[in-house]
Amino acid sequence: MNAAPPAANALPKVHYLNVDYGIRSWLFTIDHKRIALLYLGSITLFFVLGGLFATAIRLELLTPAGDLFESETYNKMFTMHGVVMIFFFLIPSIPATLGNFLVPMMIGARDLAFPRINLLSWYIYTLGGLFTLFAILSGGVDTGWTFYTPYSSTYSNTNVMATAVGVFILGFSSILTGFNFIITIHKMRAPGLTWFRLPLFIWAHYATSVIMILGTPVVAIAIALVGLERLFHIGIFNPALGGDPVLFQHLFWFYSHPAVYIMILPSMGVISEIVCCFSRKKIFGYSFVAFSSIAIALLGFLVWGHHMFVSSQSMYAGMVFSILSFLVAIPSAVKVFNWTATMYKGSVMYNAPMLYAMGFIGLFTMGGLTGLFLSTLATDVHLHDTYFVVAHFHYIMVGGALMGYLGGIHFWWPKISGRLYPEAWARFSALIIFVGFNLTFFPQFILGYLGMPRRYHAYPEEFQVLNVMSTAGASILAVGYAIPLIYLFWSLRYGPAAGPNPWQAKGLEWQASSPPPTHNFPETPVVTEEAYEYYPGAEADRV
Amino acid sequence: MSDQATTLAPQFDDLAQQKESAIFGMWVFLVTEVMFFGGMFAGYTVYRYRFHEAFTAGSDHLNLLLGGVNTAVLILSSFTMAMAVHSAQLNRRRALIVFLVLTMLLGSTFLGIKVVEYSHKFHERLVPGPAFHFDGADPQHTQLFFSFYFAMTGFHALHMVIGVALLAIMTGFAWRGRFSAEYYNPIEVSGLYWHFVDIVWIFLFPLLYLVGHHG
Repeated sequence: MNAAPPAANALPKVHYLNVDYGIRSWLFTIDHKRIALLYLGSITLFFVLGGLFATAIRLELLTPAGDLFESETYNKMFTMHGVVMIFFFLIPSIPATLGNFLVPMMIGARDLAFPRINLLSWYIYTLGGLFTLFAILSGGVDTGWTFYTPYSSTYSNTNVMATAVGVFILGFSSILTGFNFIITIHKMRAPGLTWFRLPLFIWAHYATSVIMILGTPVVAIAIALVGLERLFHIGIFNPALGGDPVLFQHLFWFYSHPAVYIMILPSMGVISEIVCCFSRKKIFGYSFVAFSSIAIALLGFLVWGHHMFVSSQSMYAGMVFSILSFLVAIPSAVKVFNWTATMYKGSVMYNAPMLYAMGFIGLFTMGGLTGLFLSTLATDVHLHDTYFVVAHFHYIMVGGALMGYLGGIHFWWPKISGRLYPEAWARFSALIIFVGFNLTFFPQFILGYLGMPRRYHAYPEEFQVLNVMSTAGASILAVGYAIPLIYLFWSLRYGPAAGPNPWQAKGLEWQASSPPPTHNFPETPVVTEEAYEYYPGAEADRV
Repeated sequence: MSDQATTLAPQFDDLAQQKESAIFGMWVFLVTEVMFFGGMFAGYTVYRYRFHEAFTAGSDHLNLLLGGVNTAVLILSSFTMAMAVHSAQLNRRRALIVFLVLTMLLGSTFLGIKVVEYSHKFHERLVPGPAFHFDGADPQHTQLFFSFYFAMTGFHALHMVIGVALLAIMTGFAWRGRFSAEYYNPIEVSGLYWHFVDIVWIFLFPLLYLVGHHG
């Protein structure tokens, strides 16, 4: 693809990035776009940190013997990989960066409803991050990211308290983001922008926000009670004091299963935008895609028991949770079918964001279908706590959520930075990531099926070939992540100016200049048509 | 008194939109609070059902009189809070300040009585932990009752402290004349929060204090 010649697209004279300079203008900004960039920087740091822990895990598993780390150290490695990646990267990833940047722009608003609360959420995130960094530097934590009691509340001698405080604080940043989105989407839409004209990205973020405000307080109280147990010896989860550790699992998964949908739903919103734009076609079945987001958010609250099939839960409860878990597959499948139906007979262009989107659709489907194995009671007894589970959720979290995140970053990079990224490198790295990802995680399905348990630093020798494949894949994946990091930075200075709408995309955010001015639109736009009014085959439209 | 230019944030089109957003925002925030307390209420309900006798025995050791007085104090504070909002609507600055101060005093009274209750429990060795001692049929699960009692009333008290601090800030704003009949969103929103914290107590009181036989 070739964008219009750079000469025609000079950057606007004044935009949100150059309106003022200096560290204070960033640390005290209330511009949603600058806050998005603050988040982008912080979550990238945590992503690199989580990646280092992942590297340590894969290196240890290169050989069957536990030769690189003691088992205690290994326990800390996978715990901190999980804590950092889930709480500090995946949960804020799309909502806090692309969501912060785009939700007001897509609905034609000047900012979120509560800009100061938005900035506060970043400070809370940073504070939670500092606590967790402190926990890591002062010896780490080894409970697993799930903090299961009574190990976390009574027995573990590692730095559970600092980590728990970090995660507890972080939860409030997520609540504030969701809270801000809900109010903004309800109250600040531009004239003519009815609910059913909203981009699906907005619907996805609305559904995500509902989960954030309903689920996060519950995990906050669960973690707070673990903290009270360690500090004051109250015994709600401690059997020696009359309590019950399984109650913790209930409270924890009541949030942490829906949290999976906090990570995947925004990605689904991104994919809807990308697929329509690069197929030059209106979304197939708008209202089905929109309501499937809401359905996933609501059903997601009713399936937490499928993490506890083997935790003394009654068989009947298990059956109900199993059936409800199958139901989540329906709205998820609706989305996949509708995206493919949108591409069908569209003018598909294979730009980097589209490659990520197609990667997402394939890998998410794999992750979703293997989820059905795990929600089936009988097979779950065999597969529980094996590498099959690890592979399953990495297909959703990395193959799904992260692919969507990278696709979205590429798609809106011209809007965020005002410049185009190098397309050839972007396509190349998208392919590298796809190959590396599958090589890393597909062998883990087989390992799990063969019975290799998760969370051990040593394993029987017959599993070595598959583990070596997985480690090799992980190193390819690392290269794939490093390339965009380099060329995106490069493009900030050397990329050609993008112009307001390099993809000829629909949506209000593309009407503003790139990068947009501080208040986004010189005057409030008026919306007169539905979302995604693309026409397939319109050659003039091709980018 | 402040005019529209100083009270309307740039992201809003007009004061009506700003007010709607603030009030809707507070309701959404209260939803998160319901979920926060909801986890403990759900856990309490399950165990009270399973260990009914032990929980009743624990409840017998709560001070019904002090709990009842505290309930009355909080209901009264909700009334003064409602009057504060009413005064703000009518642009009566002095009345607004008086009612805010009264509400803070009542809230502090509640917290003071709570401290007395906690110290009684401490002396009676009813605080969960190694020092816990209870001569009943099932001391272990009575201890669980007290774990819930302290966690739930403790988090409620924390919310009261935050509420009193919030009202202190509002009193300062009112003193400096920040509010008018057109713009009193912070007062209204603080009122919603205050009423919510009261309602949590309205649920805590019967669940914790009234399940016992009390002689």
